[in-house]
Amino acid sequence: MTQTLTNQSLSSALKALKCKECGAEYELQATHVCEFCFGPLEVSYDFSRLSQPITREGIEAGPNSIWRYRSFLPVETDTPIDVGTGMTPLLKSHRLARQLGLKSLYIKNDAVNMPTLSFKDRVVSVALTRAQELGFSTVSCASTGNLANSTAAIATRAGLDCCVFIPADLEAGKVMGTLIYGPTVMAVQGNYDQVNRLCSEVANTHGWGFVNINLRPYYSEGSKTLGYEVAEQLGWELPDHIVAPLASGSLFTKIYKGFREFVDVGLVNDQAVRFSGAQAEGCSPIAQAYKEGRDFINPVKPNTIAKSIAIGNPADGVYAIDIAKKTNGTIESVTDAEIVEGIKLLAETEGIFTETAGGTTIAVLKKLVEAGKIDPDEKTVVYITGNGLKTQEAVQGYVGQPLTIEPKLGSFERALERSRTLDRLDWQPVLV
Amino acid sequence: MSVTVLIPTPLQKLTKNQATIKCDGSSISELLESLEQNCPGIKARLCDEQGELRRFVNFYVNNEDIRFLEGQKTPLQDGDEVSIIPAIAGG
Repeated sequence: MTQTLTNQSLSSALKALKCKECGAEYELQATHVCEFCFGPLEVSYDFSRLSQPITREGIEAGPNSIWRYRSFLPVETDTPIDVGTGMTPLLKSHRLARQLGLKSLYIKNDAVNMPTLSFKDRVVSVALTRAQELGFSTVSCASTGNLANSTAAIATRAGLDCCVFIPADLEAGKVMGTLIYGPTVMAVQGNYDQVNRLCSEVANTHGWGFVNINLRPYYSEGSKTLGYEVAEQLGWELPDHIVAPLASGSLFTKIYKGFREFVDVGLVNDQAVRFSGAQAEGCSPIAQAYKEGRDFINPVKPNTIAKSIAIGNPADGVYAIDIAKKTNGTIESVTDAEIVEGIKLLAETEGIFTETAGGTTIAVLKKLVEAGKIDPDEKTVVYITGNGLKTQEAVQGYVGQPLTIEPKLGSFERALERSRTLDRLDWQPVLV
Repeated sequence: MSVTVLIPTPLQKLTKNQATIKCDGSSISELLESLEQNCPGIKARLCDEQGELRRFVNFYVNNEDIRFLEGQKTPLQDGDEVSIIPAIAGG
C-alpha cells in the first residue's frame, strides 16, 4: 500500500497519507479514511529531503501570509492561492490580563484573518490549493458558517465552482457572508452533524472536492499555521500554555503538530506547552469525556448559541483529549450566559469583537484562571478564531442601546448626564 | 427482515463497488453478521477483535446515530435504511 510520489519535488517535503490509528500509508490523493480500520488519514512529511534547509531567515523573507510556511504545508506548487491569509496579530494583553490577574497573556486574533474573518481561511487556502493540484473544478464543504464563507470566497478567487452545505438555522450574517460570493448554497434542515453525514454520502458521487471530507487530510494541515505564527511572533519561542476552542478537535491537534514540527526541524527550542480546550456546555462531548476519564466520545445533540463549534460528533475529539492529558492541560466548558460575558469581556478590555467561539474560549480562560489552573506567570496564548460581526444575534439585547438625541446641545448634555448615571449604577441588562 | 445498507466508498471494494446493498438482520449485530456473509472481510474493517464497532465508525438507522438508540443492539425493521459513515471533521 505504501506509495511514494512519482513526481518528487525537492521543494516539497510531502511524503504520504498515513492512518493515525494503524499507520497504513496511502498515495497523496483525495481520500481521508483508512480502508482497513476507518481511522483518519493525516499527511506525513520528510523534511530532511528538502534541497534547502528550513531557516528562520528563510521564513521571515517569505510572503506575509501562511505561505511563508509552505515547506510545512501539503502542497507541491510554487504558486499557491495566496489571498493574504494568516499573519494575524498576536497582541500582548494588558487590560484583560490585568482583570484576570495574568502577567503574560497573548491574544492570537484570527477575528481579522483574511479574506473572511475566521481561522477557516487558513485551512481553505491550503485545501483549495491542493484541490487544484488534484484536478478538481468544483469544491464543496459542510459548514457551521465560517467554513462556508471561506470556501465560497476563496473558490471565487481561484475560479473554482462551489457548492456549500449548511444547517438551515444559521446566523443571518453567516448565510449572507456565503451567498454574496455566488456559490450554490444548500440549507439542510438538520444540525451540523446531519449536514456532515449527508455530505459524506454526497462526497464521492459528483467528483467534487469536499474540503472537510475527501480533502480533509490537506485542509486540516492549514491549522498548523496557527502554531507556527505564534512561535514566530513570540520571537521564535513556544508559549507555556495555549487555550483554544474545540469543535471537531482538529484545530487543537494541529496547533500541537505545528509546535512539534518547529521543534523537530530546529526552528525553536523544545519546551513543555500545556494545551487547554474550550467547549460550550450545550455541546461539550469532548469536555464530558475528559471529565469522565473516557477515551471515547459519546455524541450529543447540540443546544448552544455557539453554533460555530456545535459539533455533537467530533471526529478528532479523542486526539484532543490525548493532547490535553499528556501536556498537563485541561478541557472545560461554559454556559451560554458565560459565553456572552466572554464576548463582552474581550470587547471591553481589548477592543476585539469575537463571535461565540471566541466568547467560549475567553470564558473558559477566565474559569481556568479562577480555578487556579493557569499560573499567572505562564506565557499563555488564547486563540480567537472568528469575528463577532457574523453572530450579532448572540449579543443582541446584552450590549445596551444608543442614546438617541436631538441635534441640540441641551439634548446631548442631558443624555450624557444620564449615561454617566447609568455607568455609576453599573447598569447592565441581566441575562435571563 | 430486509434493510438497505449504504456502503461508504472505502468499503465498496468489498461490495463489488455497490454503494447500497440489501441485507437481513433484526439488529445491528445481526446485520454485521449478514454483511460479513455477503461481503467476506467487511466485519473486520468495521469491528475490532472484540466485535465492538471501531471508534471511527458511525452507524445510523433512518438518520439516527445508533449511539442515541441502543448501540449494536438497536432493533431493525423491514425497510429500514442503515448508513455506515466514517467520522468527519469540519466546522
